[in-house]
Amino acid sequence: MSPEERVLTGNHFLLGDYACAEGAMAAGCDFFAGYPITPSSETAERLAARLPAVGAIFVQMEDELASMAALVGASLAGARAMSATSGPGFSLMMENIGMAAMMEAPCVVVNIQRGAPSTGLPTLVGQGDMMQCKWGSHGDYEIVAYSPSSPQECFDHVIKAFNTADRWRVPAFVMADELIGHMTERVVIPPADQIPRVERKRPRHKPGDPSFLHCLAEDEDLVPPIVHAGEGYRVNFDSLSHDEKGYPATFPEPHDKLVRRLVNKIRLHADQIIEYEEIFLDDAELAVIAYGCTARSARRAVNEARREGIRVGLLRLISVWPFPENRVRELSNQVKAFVVPELNLGQMSRETERFTSLPVIGVNHAGGVMMAPDPILDTIREVAKNA
Amino acid sequence: MPEVQVEGHPIDTILRTERLPHIFCPGCGIGPAMHAYAQAILESGIPRDGHACVSGIGCAGRVPGYLDVDSYHTTHGRAIPFAMAIALVKPDMEVTVFSGDGDLFGIGGNHFIHAARRNVDINVICINNFNYGMTGGQVGPTTPLGARATTAPYGNTEPPFNLPYLAAATGAVFVARWTALHVRQLKEAILRAMQKKGFTFIEVLSPCPVGFGSPNDIGDAIEEVWLYRERCVVDHNAYLPDVDIDLRRKDAPFVMGNFVDIDKAPFDPLAMMKKKEGE
Repeated sequence: MSPEERVLTGNHFLLGDYACAEGAMAAGCDFFAGYPITPSSETAERLAARLPAVGAIFVQMEDELASMAALVGASLAGARAMSATSGPGFSLMMENIGMAAMMEAPCVVVNIQRGAPSTGLPTLVGQGDMMQCKWGSHGDYEIVAYSPSSPQECFDHVIKAFNTADRWRVPAFVMADELIGHMTERVVIPPADQIPRVERKRPRHKPGDPSFLHCLAEDEDLVPPIVHAGEGYRVNFDSLSHDEKGYPATFPEPHDKLVRRLVNKIRLHADQIIEYEEIFLDDAELAVIAYGCTARSARRAVNEARREGIRVGLLRLISVWPFPENRVRELSNQVKAFVVPELNLGQMSRETERFTSLPVIGVNHAGGVMMAPDPILDTIREVAKNA
Repeated sequence: MPEVQVEGHPIDTILRTERLPHIFCPGCGIGPAMHAYAQAILESGIPRDGHACVSGIGCAGRVPGYLDVDSYHTTHGRAIPFAMAIALVKPDMEVTVFSGDGDLFGIGGNHFIHAARRNVDINVICINNFNYGMTGGQVGPTTPLGARATTAPYGNTEPPFNLPYLAAATGAVFVARWTALHVRQLKEAILRAMQKKGFTFIEVLSPCPVGFGSPNDIGDAIEEVWLYRERCVVDHNAYLPDVDIDLRRKDAPFVMGNFVDIDKAPFDPLAMMKKKEGE
């Protein structure tokens, strides 16, 4: 490997955390700010070596509050900016994740989830930050999150996250977990010209044009064009509720208008963002919904159940937020129940319940160990028997 | 008295005049300090497009919104890491943090000392009005011992920070203190800070008649400004451990000056790579 190369085209045997770092490299990440935390530190360590070698910026910050603030600043200066963390750091980032949503600063955060709450299980797996990822900062806002089930997907999802963040001007998350982050597996990195790249929407107006309102979304997608520091637009970015000029407008009407747009730009275009993989769902009478490391066990359980003649299928989430609510509604007309295994006490199962009146059966463990296929298979058998 | 009408003010070119009048209370010191900063931008020789102003939350945090430069009103305490990122991504820009004492040294204190330690190439202008003004005059990390505040009704029991001493100790290459009355010295200090590479710090003692003056028997803003005028001593070579401020002590001088002006390599995350190339 030549450290000067951004894209390490070829076949690799790569740690999930490293694959996140290589995804960032391939995506053209210009700026990483982070704070050491198990089990994500390997992503930072890899980028500390890789980014400076291509002239990009790596900074180890004083904490995750600063890391996330730096991401927003770097993003609005034009950089593709990323951080990597785990639960306790993710909690600290929530403040400025809200700022990223409010200022519409595209950025990427990788969360290698560990057992939680609080300091929890620093070295052991968990999937307990899924709701925090969606709702953790105060107020209404929308984000996009992916959940890799392999080191290959760590690589792929970081690239997706950068492109989605830039396309919709939102913070985007890669909600991996300790098991995937610390798993070493084959990762295929394509040639540099095959790495997908979505550019930010830029203003049609020239700097100094008084008719330019930088927070006005003129297009159907509700995404305003972004201006970067030093380009001569001299506009105001505000964490306060603001009007279309970007100036503070702390009144009910402009506030409601702004927050609705921040939410609707994702909610109304969720179909363009949502991704999932379907296995055996065509004739399924029972659907398993799984993501992250648990999706690997779920796949095994579904295969075993099929061998036993149970008509069960798997909806494996690639994007977890926005949640594929329409697909769950459709499946509700076909299957008799949903089984949702996850390493928390019922987070995405709760989300599933919002879109179906069918039974949603969780298979849960608070974390610390990968879920074996057995409890998922047992639940499938049990549910199939009663369905 | 004849009415005087003016079409404009020389500083208007730096202000977003359509946003005026500003929100500051009568007698507040932020206006003159903002004027000094705007004047320094005009005289800096750096085009307006090359300036960025970043703030946190509080009265002083509203300043960037009135200035016709790239401006960022961020979250409480986080202006410095935000500004650092802009300075690193756009190293040719002159990035200034303009914020208050509570924002920079209460909730944001950790970021201040680390940015100073790294010698990040930004300027920090701190309005010190000895209290949390916007939220209604609460006690803060710069409130003098014994002073009254809405959350210290019996008097503050905590010793305050000595800000120039803190900035110098943590690594700032330029450290100054002036009051909102010293508009020319303040402007000159800001200009000097803009010329320097690295982390610069300017404390601006600022009257806050509503939040601090009133509960501490200082009366109105004019009285607070008179206190500055009568008791300020300029000593550029002051021994910084001794430059504590207590507006209520009638005997102690307030020491002003440009205390530190040294040169050190500014923060460059790629410094080691460049060293390698040079070897």
